[in-house]
Amino acid sequence: MFSVQIQQEDFDLRHEVALLRQADPGVGAVVSFIGTVRDRDEGVAGISLLELEHYPGMTESAIETMMEDARRRFDIRAARIIHRIGQLKPQEQIVLVAVASAHRGQAFLACEFLMDYLKTQAPFWKKQTSAQGSEWVDARVSDDNAAQRWGLPGQHLSSTPHN
Amino acid sequence: MRIRIRYFASLREALGPGEELELETSATIGAVRTALVQRGGAYAQVLGPSRAVRCAWNRLVVGEEATVDQDGELAFFPPVTGG
Repeated sequence: MFSVQIQQEDFDLRHEVALLRQADPGVGAVVSFIGTVRDRDEGVAGISLLELEHYPGMTESAIETMMEDARRRFDIRAARIIHRIGQLKPQEQIVLVAVASAHRGQAFLACEFLMDYLKTQAPFWKKQTSAQGSEWVDARVSDDNAAQRWGLPGQHLSSTPHN
Repeated sequence: MRIRIRYFASLREALGPGEELELETSATIGAVRTALVQRGGAYAQVLGPSRAVRCAWNRLVVGEEATVDQDGELAFFPPVTGG
């Protein structure tokens, strides 16, 4: 099973991992990554709210393309990506990437690959609210560098960001 | 041809969710962007050449050199920040 879900609701790791392994006794390893909302960001403290916007239709197909790429690169048997949208508070779960394979090595690699890919290529945008007001989060050069390790293009960040 | 333009994130806040645009001839996405900038005001501010703007044609990320030559959906947005 390779599937992607964009949703407002929270997700349950245990449930998702069970689905990933179900009906496949060949799975010997599951690696999962969960991203959570932080109350701070570069130079901003006391973030109380994070708003996630996406591009319905395109976001899902972009992530499906990433999964196909991951299947070509790594020996994996299943993957599940869930990304939340809407209004989130610090400490809430925001993203899940879970990968199943026969042995751990490929699952570790594919999980990191998918997360680095998602960070730079999936159409999501974050807006954070703190006591200083609300602002759109800028894309990070460090995320671009992480993507480039895999030979992915990154976002060529150089021009003035939007705020 | 008729294209639907969509804006996301900070561009959506400045310009609204999008609009329909009638194109007389095929054009590169860069040319469409330049035409929008020439409207001035908020368009010039958020789509100007110094701003980091990415685009997608029919829901695939493409470069501005890509040509719009049929009906479809053109999206402009800032660099992505998911995860």
